[in-house]
Amino acid sequence: MFGIGLGLFFLLILGLLVAVVGWVIVTYNGLVSLRNQLKNAWAQIDVQLKRRYDLIPNLVETVKDYMAYEQDVLTRVTQARAGAIAAQGPAEQARAENQLTAALRQLFAVVENYPQLKANENVLRLQEELTSTENRIAFARQFYNDNVMRFNTRLQVFPTNVIAGMLGFTAQEFFETGDEAEREPVKVDLR
Amino acid sequence: MSAPARPTRGLWGEIRANRQRSWLLIVALTGVLAVMGAAFGALLFEDAWGALPGFFLSLAMAGIWFPIAWFAGPRMTLAASRARRAEPERDRVLINVVEEMAIAAGLPVPQIWVIEDSAPNAFATGRDPRNAMVAVTTGLYQKLTRDELQGVMAHELSHIRNEDVRYATLVVVTVGVIALLADFAIRHMRWGGGPRRSRNRSAGGLIVLLALLVAVLAPLSARLLQAAISRRRETLADLSGAELTRYPEALARALEKIEADPEPLEAANRATAPLYVVNPLSKLQRSWVGLMSTHPPTEERVRLLRGLVVGGAPGGTLASPPTT
Repeated sequence: MFGIGLGLFFLLILGLLVAVVGWVIVTYNGLVSLRNQLKNAWAQIDVQLKRRYDLIPNLVETVKDYMAYEQDVLTRVTQARAGAIAAQGPAEQARAENQLTAALRQLFAVVENYPQLKANENVLRLQEELTSTENRIAFARQFYNDNVMRFNTRLQVFPTNVIAGMLGFTAQEFFETGDEAEREPVKVDLR
Repeated sequence: MSAPARPTRGLWGEIRANRQRSWLLIVALTGVLAVMGAAFGALLFEDAWGALPGFFLSLAMAGIWFPIAWFAGPRMTLAASRARRAEPERDRVLINVVEEMAIAAGLPVPQIWVIEDSAPNAFATGRDPRNAMVAVTTGLYQKLTRDELQGVMAHELSHIRNEDVRYATLVVVTVGVIALLADFAIRHMRWGGGPRRSRNRSAGGLIVLLALLVAVLAPLSARLLQAAISRRRETLADLSGAELTRYPEALARALEKIEADPEPLEAANRATAPLYVVNPLSKLQRSWVGLMSTHPPTEERVRLLRGLVVGGAPGGTLASPPTT
Protein backbone atom coordinates (compact mmCIF):
# COMPACT_ATOMS: atom_id res chain seq x y z
CA MET A 1 0.00 0.00 0.00
CA PHE A 2 2.69 2.40 1.03
CA GLY A 3 4.64 1.64 -2.13
CA ILE A 4 1.72 2.47 -4.38
CA GLY A 5 1.11 5.74 -2.57
CA LEU A 6 4.74 6.75 -2.87
CA GLY A 7 4.81 5.78 -6.52
CA LEU A 8 1.75 7.86 -7.26
CA PHE A 9 3.23 10.77 -5.38
CA PHE A 10 6.40 10.65 -7.47
CA LEU A 11 4.34 10.37 -10.61
CA LEU A 12 2.46 13.49 -9.61
CA ILE A 13 5.65 15.40 -8.94
CA LEU A 14 7.05 14.28 -12.27
CA GLY A 15 3.90 15.37 -14.06
CA LEU A 16 4.05 18.78 -12.40
CA LEU A 17 7.69 19.16 -13.33
CA VAL A 18 6.99 18.32 -16.97
CA ALA A 19 4.13 20.82 -17.00
CA VAL A 20 6.29 23.58 -15.57
CA VAL A 21 9.15 22.91 -17.97
CA GLY A 22 6.67 22.85 -20.83
CA TRP A 23 5.25 26.19 -19.77
CA VAL A 24 8.72 27.73 -19.50
CA ILE A 25 9.59 26.54 -23.00
CA VAL A 26 6.37 27.86 -24.50
CA THR A 27 6.76 31.20 -22.75
CA TYR A 28 10.38 31.53 -23.81
CA ASN A 29 9.61 30.78 -27.44
CA GLY A 30 6.76 33.26 -27.42
CA LEU A 31 8.98 35.99 -26.04
CA VAL A 32 11.76 35.24 -28.52
CA SER A 33 9.27 35.46 -31.35
CA LEU A 34 7.96 38.82 -30.13
CA ARG A 35 11.43 40.19 -29.65
CA ASN A 36 12.41 39.24 -33.19
CA GLN A 37 9.28 40.88 -34.53
CA LEU A 38 10.39 43.96 -32.65
CA LYS A 39 13.86 43.87 -34.22
CA ASN A 40 12.29 43.48 -37.63
CA ALA A 41 10.02 46.46 -36.97
CA TRP A 42 13.04 48.55 -36.02
CA ALA A 43 14.84 47.55 -39.20
CA GLN A 44 11.78 48.58 -41.21
CA ILE A 45 12.15 52.14 -39.95
CA ASP A 46 15.64 52.29 -41.36
CA VAL A 47 14.40 51.00 -44.71
CA GLN A 48 11.94 53.87 -44.95
CA LEU A 49 14.51 56.42 -43.83
CA LYS A 50 16.86 55.26 -46.56
CA ARG A 51 14.05 55.63 -49.10
CA ARG A 52 13.76 59.27 -48.15
CA TYR A 53 17.47 59.91 -48.41
CA ASP A 54 17.41 58.43 -51.91
CA LEU A 55 14.51 60.56 -53.10
CA ILE A 56 15.80 63.94 -52.01
CA PRO A 57 18.67 64.50 -54.47
CA ASN A 58 16.23 63.90 -57.32
CA LEU A 59 13.88 66.50 -55.88
CA VAL A 60 16.62 69.07 -55.46
CA GLU A 61 17.77 68.52 -59.04
CA THR A 62 14.25 68.97 -60.40
CA VAL A 63 13.52 72.25 -58.68
CA LYS A 64 17.03 73.73 -58.74
CA ASP A 65 16.80 75.38 -62.16
CA TYR A 66 13.47 77.05 -61.45
CA MET A 67 14.38 78.37 -58.04
CA ALA A 68 17.41 80.49 -58.77
CA TYR A 69 16.66 82.88 -55.90
CA GLU A 70 15.93 80.23 -53.29
CA GLN A 71 19.31 78.55 -53.18
CA ASP A 72 19.55 78.79 -49.39
CA VAL A 73 16.40 76.69 -48.97
CA LEU A 74 17.82 74.03 -51.25
CA THR A 75 21.13 74.13 -49.43
CA ARG A 76 19.39 73.69 -46.13
CA VAL A 77 17.65 70.56 -47.43
CA THR A 78 20.88 69.08 -48.78
CA GLN A 79 22.73 69.80 -45.56
CA ALA A 80 19.92 68.43 -43.39
CA ARG A 81 19.96 65.25 -45.43
CA ALA A 82 23.69 64.85 -44.99
CA GLY A 83 23.28 65.49 -41.29
CA ALA A 84 20.60 62.82 -40.99
CA ILE A 85 22.70 60.23 -42.79
CA ALA A 86 25.69 60.97 -40.58
CA ALA A 87 23.78 61.02 -37.29
CA GLN A 88 24.79 58.52 -34.66
CA GLY A 89 22.55 57.15 -31.98
CA PRO A 90 18.76 57.34 -31.76
CA ALA A 91 18.53 60.74 -30.05
CA GLU A 92 20.81 62.52 -32.52
CA GLN A 93 19.17 60.69 -35.39
CA ALA A 94 15.71 61.76 -34.29
CA ARG A 95 16.82 65.39 -34.07
CA ALA A 96 18.43 65.25 -37.51
CA GLU A 97 15.33 63.63 -39.00
CA ASN A 98 13.12 66.39 -37.66
CA GLN A 99 15.41 69.03 -39.09
CA LEU A 100 15.16 67.34 -42.47
CA THR A 101 11.38 67.26 -42.28
CA ALA A 102 11.33 70.97 -41.41
CA ALA A 103 13.66 71.78 -44.32
CA LEU A 104 11.47 69.82 -46.75
CA ARG A 105 8.36 71.53 -45.51
CA GLN A 106 9.98 74.89 -46.06
CA LEU A 107 10.99 73.87 -49.56
CA PHE A 108 7.47 72.91 -50.51
CA ALA A 109 6.08 76.10 -49.01
CA VAL A 110 8.42 77.99 -51.31
CA VAL A 111 7.36 75.89 -54.31
CA GLU A 112 3.87 77.32 -53.83
CA ASN A 113 5.20 80.65 -55.10
CA TYR A 114 6.34 79.28 -58.45
CA PRO A 115 3.29 78.46 -60.58
CA GLN A 116 5.25 76.58 -63.26
CA LEU A 117 6.86 74.46 -60.59
CA LYS A 118 3.57 73.86 -58.80
CA ALA A 119 1.98 72.45 -61.93
CA ASN A 120 5.08 70.56 -63.03
CA GLU A 121 4.36 66.86 -63.38
CA ASN A 122 7.66 65.83 -61.89
CA VAL A 123 7.31 68.09 -58.91
CA LEU A 124 3.82 66.82 -58.19
CA ARG A 125 5.01 63.27 -58.40
CA LEU A 126 7.94 63.96 -56.11
CA GLN A 127 5.68 65.76 -53.69
CA GLU A 128 3.47 62.68 -53.46
CA GLU A 129 6.50 60.41 -53.11
CA LEU A 130 7.96 62.49 -50.31
CA THR A 131 4.61 62.76 -48.52
CA SER A 132 4.28 59.02 -48.77
CA THR A 133 7.82 58.52 -47.52
CA GLU A 134 7.21 60.72 -44.48
CA ASN A 135 4.06 58.72 -43.80
CA ARG A 136 5.88 55.42 -44.20
CA ILE A 137 8.53 56.48 -41.71
CA ALA A 138 5.81 57.51 -39.30
CA PHE A 139 3.84 54.29 -39.72
CA ALA A 140 6.99 52.19 -39.41
CA ARG A 141 7.67 53.93 -36.09
CA GLN A 142 4.07 53.42 -35.06
CA PHE A 143 4.33 49.72 -35.89
CA TYR A 144 7.53 49.52 -33.88
CA ASN A 145 5.89 51.21 -30.90
CA ASP A 146 2.85 48.95 -31.15
CA ASN A 147 5.17 45.96 -30.99
CA VAL A 148 7.00 47.46 -28.01
CA MET A 149 3.66 47.80 -26.27
CA ARG A 150 2.76 44.19 -27.02
CA PHE A 151 6.17 42.92 -25.93
CA ASN A 152 6.28 44.93 -22.71
CA THR A 153 2.72 43.95 -21.83
CA ARG A 154 3.58 40.29 -22.32
CA LEU A 155 6.57 40.72 -20.02
CA GLN A 156 4.48 42.32 -17.32
CA VAL A 157 1.40 40.11 -17.16
CA PHE A 158 1.15 37.19 -14.82
CA PRO A 159 2.42 34.49 -14.98
CA THR A 160 5.02 35.44 -17.59
CA ASN A 161 6.46 38.18 -15.39
CA VAL A 162 7.64 35.57 -12.94
CA ILE A 163 10.26 34.13 -15.28
CA ALA A 164 10.77 36.86 -17.86
CA GLY A 165 13.68 38.44 -15.98
CA MET A 166 15.30 35.07 -15.41
CA LEU A 167 15.11 34.24 -19.10
CA GLY A 168 16.92 37.44 -19.98
CA PHE A 169 14.12 39.58 -21.41
CA THR A 170 13.91 43.25 -20.55
CA ALA A 171 11.33 45.88 -21.30
CA GLN A 172 12.05 47.81 -24.48
CA GLU A 173 11.81 51.53 -24.98
CA PHE A 174 9.32 53.30 -27.14
CA PHE A 175 10.68 55.25 -30.07
CA GLU A 176 10.22 58.89 -29.19
CA THR A 177 11.55 62.12 -30.50
CA GLY A 178 14.22 63.51 -28.19
CA ASP A 179 12.95 67.00 -27.41
CA GLU A 180 9.47 68.03 -26.35
CA ALA A 181 9.79 71.05 -28.60
CA GLU A 182 10.54 68.96 -31.67
CA ARG A 183 7.67 66.52 -31.18
CA GLU A 184 5.91 66.37 -34.51
CA PRO A 185 2.55 64.90 -35.45
CA VAL A 186 2.93 61.51 -37.06
CA LYS A 187 1.30 62.40 -40.35
CA VAL A 188 3.24 65.02 -42.26
CA ASP A 189 1.54 66.78 -45.14
CA LEU A 190 4.12 68.56 -47.22
CA ARG A 191 1.52 70.26 -49.39
CA MET B 1 -32.55 57.10 -33.08
CA SER B 2 -30.85 58.38 -29.97
CA ALA B 3 -28.88 55.87 -27.97
CA PRO B 4 -27.56 56.97 -24.58
CA ALA B 5 -23.92 57.96 -24.87
CA ARG B 6 -21.71 55.26 -23.45
CA PRO B 7 -18.45 56.19 -21.84
CA THR B 8 -15.81 55.46 -24.45
CA ARG B 9 -13.55 52.55 -23.68
CA GLY B 10 -10.70 53.84 -25.72
CA LEU B 11 -9.57 52.26 -28.97
CA TRP B 12 -8.07 49.07 -27.59
CA GLY B 13 -10.91 48.58 -25.16
CA GLU B 14 -13.40 48.77 -28.02
CA ILE B 15 -11.38 46.32 -30.12
CA ARG B 16 -11.19 43.84 -27.27
CA ALA B 17 -14.90 44.15 -26.54
CA ASN B 18 -15.81 43.56 -30.17
CA ARG B 19 -13.53 40.55 -30.48
CA GLN B 20 -15.11 39.00 -27.39
CA ARG B 21 -18.61 39.66 -28.65
CA SER B 22 -17.92 38.10 -32.06
CA TRP B 23 -16.35 35.09 -30.38
CA LEU B 24 -19.48 34.63 -28.25
CA LEU B 25 -21.62 34.78 -31.37
CA ILE B 26 -19.53 32.05 -32.98
CA VAL B 27 -19.96 29.92 -29.86
CA ALA B 28 -23.71 30.48 -30.04
CA LEU B 29 -23.73 29.45 -33.68
CA THR B 30 -21.78 26.28 -32.88
CA GLY B 31 -24.37 25.64 -30.18
CA VAL B 32 -27.14 25.86 -32.75
CA LEU B 33 -25.18 23.43 -34.94
CA ALA B 34 -24.86 21.00 -32.03
CA VAL B 35 -28.56 21.21 -31.19
CA MET B 36 -29.53 20.74 -34.82
CA GLY B 37 -27.24 17.75 -35.12
CA ALA B 38 -28.67 16.24 -31.98
CA ALA B 39 -32.26 16.79 -33.15
CA PHE B 40 -31.44 15.29 -36.52
CA GLY B 41 -29.86 12.26 -34.93
CA ALA B 42 -32.79 11.79 -32.59
CA LEU B 43 -35.20 11.89 -35.52
CA LEU B 44 -33.15 9.60 -37.72
CA PHE B 45 -32.69 6.91 -35.14
CA GLU B 46 -36.13 7.53 -33.69
CA ASP B 47 -34.53 7.49 -30.30
CA ALA B 48 -33.32 10.15 -27.91
CA TRP B 49 -29.91 8.50 -27.86
CA GLY B 50 -29.61 9.18 -31.55
CA ALA B 51 -28.77 12.71 -30.51
CA LEU B 52 -25.17 11.81 -29.81
CA PRO B 53 -24.24 10.37 -33.21
CA GLY B 54 -26.26 13.18 -34.75
CA PHE B 55 -24.16 15.72 -32.92
CA PHE B 56 -20.94 14.16 -34.18
CA LEU B 57 -22.34 13.89 -37.66
CA SER B 58 -22.98 17.63 -37.75
CA LEU B 59 -19.42 18.36 -36.65
CA ALA B 60 -18.04 15.92 -39.21
CA MET B 61 -20.03 17.53 -42.01
CA ALA B 62 -18.77 20.97 -41.09
CA GLY B 63 -15.24 19.60 -40.75
CA ILE B 64 -15.32 18.15 -44.26
CA TRP B 65 -17.10 21.02 -45.95
CA PHE B 66 -14.91 23.77 -44.50
CA PRO B 67 -11.60 22.88 -46.21
CA ILE B 68 -13.46 22.41 -49.50
CA ALA B 69 -15.04 25.84 -49.23
CA TRP B 70 -11.74 27.26 -48.06
CA PHE B 71 -9.74 26.10 -51.05
CA ALA B 72 -12.47 26.77 -53.55
CA GLY B 73 -12.20 30.29 -52.15
CA PRO B 74 -14.57 33.22 -52.27
CA ARG B 75 -14.58 34.08 -55.92
CA MET B 76 -15.07 37.73 -56.51
CA THR B 77 -15.59 37.85 -60.23
CA LEU B 78 -13.03 40.50 -60.88
CA ALA B 79 -12.93 39.60 -64.54
CA ALA B 80 -16.60 40.39 -64.94
CA SER B 81 -16.41 43.65 -63.05
CA ARG B 82 -14.15 45.54 -65.45
CA ALA B 83 -11.22 45.31 -63.11
CA ARG B 84 -7.53 45.93 -63.74
CA ARG B 85 -4.41 45.77 -61.62
CA ALA B 86 -3.29 49.09 -60.18
CA GLU B 87 -0.43 50.55 -62.18
CA PRO B 88 2.43 52.55 -60.66
CA GLU B 89 2.12 55.27 -63.31
CA ARG B 90 -1.64 55.82 -63.11
CA ASP B 91 -2.48 54.88 -59.53
CA ARG B 92 0.53 56.09 -57.58
CA VAL B 93 -1.49 57.61 -54.74
CA LEU B 94 -3.62 54.49 -54.27
CA ILE B 95 -0.58 52.22 -54.25
CA ASN B 96 1.23 54.47 -51.78
CA VAL B 97 -1.79 54.63 -49.49
CA VAL B 98 -2.11 50.84 -49.42
CA GLU B 99 1.62 50.30 -48.92
CA GLU B 100 1.64 52.75 -46.02
CA MET B 101 -1.14 50.81 -44.35
CA ALA B 102 0.68 47.54 -44.97
CA ILE B 103 3.68 49.00 -43.13
CA ALA B 104 1.51 50.13 -40.23
CA ALA B 105 -0.03 46.65 -40.01
CA GLY B 106 3.17 44.69 -40.58
CA LEU B 107 1.51 42.81 -43.44
CA PRO B 108 2.76 42.03 -46.94
CA VAL B 109 1.30 44.38 -49.52
CA PRO B 110 -1.82 42.83 -51.06
CA GLN B 111 -2.64 42.84 -54.78
CA ILE B 112 -4.37 46.07 -55.64
CA TRP B 113 -7.19 46.15 -58.19
CA VAL B 114 -9.16 49.02 -59.66
CA ILE B 115 -12.78 48.58 -60.78
CA GLU B 116 -14.24 50.88 -63.41
CA ASP B 117 -17.40 52.06 -61.67
CA SER B 118 -18.48 55.49 -60.53
CA ALA B 119 -20.14 54.18 -57.37
CA PRO B 120 -17.61 54.57 -54.56
CA ASN B 121 -16.80 51.34 -52.73
CA ALA B 122 -14.01 48.94 -51.88
CA PHE B 123 -13.56 45.36 -50.78
CA ALA B 124 -10.91 42.94 -49.61
CA THR B 125 -10.65 39.23 -50.13
CA GLY B 126 -8.17 36.37 -50.12
CA ARG B 127 -7.30 33.18 -48.28
CA ASP B 128 -4.65 34.62 -46.01
CA PRO B 129 -2.46 37.74 -45.73
CA ARG B 130 -0.03 36.35 -48.30
CA ASN B 131 -2.68 35.78 -50.96
CA ALA B 132 -4.79 38.81 -50.27
CA MET B 133 -6.21 41.42 -52.58
CA VAL B 134 -8.02 44.69 -52.22
CA ALA B 135 -10.09 46.42 -54.86
CA VAL B 136 -11.40 49.96 -55.12
CA THR B 137 -13.75 51.53 -57.61
CA THR B 138 -12.66 54.49 -59.70
CA GLY B 139 -15.58 56.30 -58.06
CA LEU B 140 -14.00 55.89 -54.64
CA TYR B 141 -10.59 56.84 -55.90
CA GLN B 142 -11.87 60.08 -57.41
CA LYS B 143 -14.31 61.20 -54.75
CA LEU B 144 -12.25 60.78 -51.59
CA THR B 145 -9.27 62.74 -50.31
CA ARG B 146 -5.99 60.99 -49.66
CA ASP B 147 -6.69 60.65 -45.93
CA GLU B 148 -10.20 59.35 -46.49
CA LEU B 149 -8.95 56.83 -49.07
CA GLN B 150 -6.37 55.71 -46.54
CA GLY B 151 -9.07 55.29 -43.91
CA VAL B 152 -11.01 52.99 -46.23
CA MET B 153 -7.89 50.99 -47.17
CA ALA B 154 -7.08 50.66 -43.46
CA HIS B 155 -10.54 49.13 -43.00
CA GLU B 156 -9.96 46.71 -45.87
CA LEU B 157 -6.50 45.71 -44.68
CA SER B 158 -7.99 45.11 -41.25
CA HIS B 159 -10.37 42.57 -42.77
CA ILE B 160 -7.28 40.78 -44.04
CA ARG B 161 -5.43 41.23 -40.75
CA ASN B 162 -8.35 39.84 -38.74
CA GLU B 163 -8.73 36.94 -41.19
CA ASP B 164 -12.36 37.81 -41.75
CA VAL B 165 -12.55 35.78 -44.93
CA ARG B 166 -11.74 32.65 -42.96
CA TYR B 167 -14.25 33.66 -40.29
CA ALA B 168 -16.93 34.24 -42.89
CA THR B 169 -16.26 30.90 -44.61
CA LEU B 170 -16.56 29.12 -41.27
CA VAL B 171 -19.87 30.82 -40.62
CA VAL B 172 -21.23 30.13 -44.09
CA VAL B 173 -20.31 26.43 -43.84
CA THR B 174 -21.91 26.12 -40.38
CA VAL B 175 -25.11 27.78 -41.53
CA GLY B 176 -25.09 25.54 -44.58
CA VAL B 177 -24.78 22.35 -42.54
CA ILE B 178 -27.57 23.51 -40.23
CA ALA B 179 -29.84 24.22 -43.18
CA LEU B 180 -29.01 20.87 -44.77
CA LEU B 181 -29.70 18.88 -41.62
CA ALA B 182 -32.92 20.77 -40.99
CA ASP B 183 -34.01 20.04 -44.53
CA PHE B 184 -33.26 16.32 -44.18
CA ALA B 185 -35.08 16.22 -40.87
CA ILE B 186 -38.25 17.75 -42.20
CA ARG B 187 -38.22 15.51 -45.29
CA HIS B 188 -37.65 12.43 -43.18
CA MET B 189 -40.82 13.29 -41.29
CA ARG B 190 -42.79 13.89 -44.40
CA TRP B 191 -41.97 10.50 -45.83
CA GLY B 192 -43.67 8.85 -42.95
CA GLY B 193 -40.69 8.48 -40.71
CA GLY B 194 -41.83 8.34 -37.15
CA PRO B 195 -41.73 6.36 -34.00
CA ARG B 196 -42.50 2.82 -35.00
CA ARG B 197 -40.00 0.82 -33.12
CA SER B 198 -39.48 3.13 -30.18
CA ARG B 199 -40.18 1.61 -26.86
CA ASN B 200 -42.28 4.35 -25.42
CA ARG B 201 -44.77 5.78 -27.89
CA SER B 202 -45.57 9.02 -26.14
CA ALA B 203 -41.97 9.87 -25.31
CA GLY B 204 -41.07 9.13 -28.94
CA GLY B 205 -43.77 11.51 -30.08
CA LEU B 206 -42.47 14.24 -27.84
CA ILE B 207 -38.94 13.78 -29.15
CA VAL B 208 -40.18 13.98 -32.71
CA LEU B 209 -42.04 17.17 -31.94
CA LEU B 210 -39.05 18.77 -30.27
CA ALA B 211 -36.80 17.73 -33.12
CA LEU B 212 -39.15 19.24 -35.66
CA LEU B 213 -39.32 22.47 -33.68
CA VAL B 214 -35.54 22.61 -33.72
CA ALA B 215 -35.48 21.88 -37.45
CA VAL B 216 -37.69 24.88 -38.06
CA LEU B 217 -36.05 27.31 -35.66
CA ALA B 218 -32.40 26.39 -36.14
CA PRO B 219 -31.89 27.65 -39.70
CA LEU B 220 -33.61 30.91 -38.85
CA SER B 221 -31.56 31.57 -35.75
CA ALA B 222 -28.43 30.50 -37.62
CA ARG B 223 -29.05 33.16 -40.26
CA LEU B 224 -29.71 35.80 -37.63
CA LEU B 225 -26.44 34.87 -35.94
CA GLN B 226 -24.66 34.97 -39.28
CA ALA B 227 -25.83 38.52 -39.90
CA ALA B 228 -24.90 39.54 -36.36
CA ILE B 229 -21.42 38.09 -36.78
CA SER B 230 -21.00 39.92 -40.08
CA ARG B 231 -21.95 43.23 -38.46
CA ARG B 232 -19.62 42.60 -35.55
CA ARG B 233 -16.69 41.90 -37.89
CA GLU B 234 -17.45 45.07 -39.85
CA THR B 235 -17.28 47.13 -36.68
CA LEU B 236 -14.06 45.37 -35.75
CA ALA B 237 -12.61 46.27 -39.14
CA ASP B 238 -13.59 49.91 -38.56
CA LEU B 239 -11.83 49.90 -35.19
CA SER B 240 -8.77 48.00 -36.41
CA GLY B 241 -8.55 50.46 -39.28
CA ALA B 242 -8.57 53.32 -36.78
CA GLU B 243 -5.80 51.53 -34.92
CA LEU B 244 -3.72 51.57 -38.09
CA THR B 245 -4.25 55.18 -39.08
CA ARG B 246 -4.76 56.57 -35.55
CA TYR B 247 -7.10 58.92 -37.40
CA PRO B 248 -10.70 57.62 -37.26
CA GLU B 249 -12.16 60.92 -38.45
CA ALA B 250 -10.91 60.15 -41.97
CA LEU B 251 -12.82 56.86 -42.23
CA ALA B 252 -15.89 58.48 -40.66
CA ARG B 253 -15.90 61.15 -43.36
CA ALA B 254 -15.30 58.56 -46.06
CA LEU B 255 -18.25 56.46 -44.86
CA GLU B 256 -20.49 59.52 -44.90
CA LYS B 257 -19.42 60.37 -48.44
CA ILE B 258 -19.99 56.81 -49.66
CA GLU B 259 -23.36 56.58 -47.95
CA ALA B 260 -24.46 59.88 -49.45
CA ASP B 261 -23.67 58.69 -52.95
CA PRO B 262 -26.95 57.27 -54.28
CA GLU B 263 -25.59 54.96 -56.96
CA PRO B 264 -25.75 51.22 -56.32
CA LEU B 265 -22.65 49.34 -57.39
CA GLU B 266 -23.31 47.50 -60.63
CA ALA B 267 -20.91 44.64 -60.07
CA ALA B 268 -22.26 43.68 -56.65
CA ASN B 269 -25.07 41.30 -55.90
CA ARG B 270 -26.62 39.81 -52.78
CA ALA B 271 -23.93 37.16 -52.45
CA THR B 272 -20.94 39.47 -52.69
CA ALA B 273 -22.49 42.40 -50.80
CA PRO B 274 -21.07 41.50 -47.36
CA LEU B 275 -17.50 41.88 -48.63
CA TYR B 276 -17.81 45.58 -49.45
CA VAL B 277 -17.00 48.38 -47.02
CA VAL B 278 -20.52 49.82 -47.24
CA ASN B 279 -23.49 47.74 -48.34
CA PRO B 280 -23.41 48.27 -52.10
CA LEU B 281 -26.98 47.29 -52.82
CA SER B 282 -29.51 50.03 -53.43
CA LYS B 283 -31.66 51.05 -50.49
CA LEU B 284 -34.51 48.99 -51.92
CA GLN B 285 -32.44 45.83 -52.35
CA ARG B 286 -30.95 45.78 -48.87
CA SER B 287 -32.25 43.17 -46.49
CA TRP B 288 -34.57 44.44 -43.78
CA VAL B 289 -32.43 46.91 -41.90
CA GLY B 290 -31.51 45.65 -38.49
CA LEU B 291 -31.35 41.98 -37.66
CA MET B 292 -30.66 40.60 -41.12
CA SER B 293 -28.33 43.34 -42.33
CA THR B 294 -24.70 42.47 -43.03
CA HIS B 295 -23.40 45.95 -42.20
CA PRO B 296 -24.21 48.09 -39.19
CA PRO B 297 -26.02 51.33 -40.09
CA THR B 298 -23.54 53.89 -41.36
CA GLU B 299 -24.55 56.55 -38.84
CA GLU B 300 -23.78 54.15 -36.03
CA ARG B 301 -20.35 53.38 -37.48
CA VAL B 302 -19.62 57.08 -37.92
CA ARG B 303 -20.70 57.81 -34.37
CA LEU B 304 -18.48 55.06 -32.99
CA LEU B 305 -15.47 56.26 -34.96
CA ARG B 306 -15.94 59.88 -33.97
CA GLY B 307 -16.33 58.92 -30.32
CA LEU B 308 -13.05 57.05 -30.20
CA VAL B 309 -10.37 58.26 -27.87
CA VAL B 310 -7.16 57.42 -29.65
CA GLY B 311 -4.78 59.20 -27.36
CA GLY B 312 -3.41 62.15 -29.23
CA ALA B 313 -4.07 65.01 -31.59
CA PRO B 314 -5.99 64.44 -34.82
CA GLY B 315 -3.54 62.79 -37.14
CA GLY B 316 -2.22 60.84 -34.20
CA THR B 317 0.99 61.12 -32.30
CA LEU B 318 3.69 58.69 -31.40
CA ALA B 319 2.68 56.29 -28.67
CA SER B 320 2.66 58.05 -25.34
CA PRO B 321 5.48 57.22 -22.93
CA PRO B 322 4.76 54.30 -20.63
CA THR B 323 3.34 55.32 -17.29
CA THR B 324 4.73 53.68 -14.15
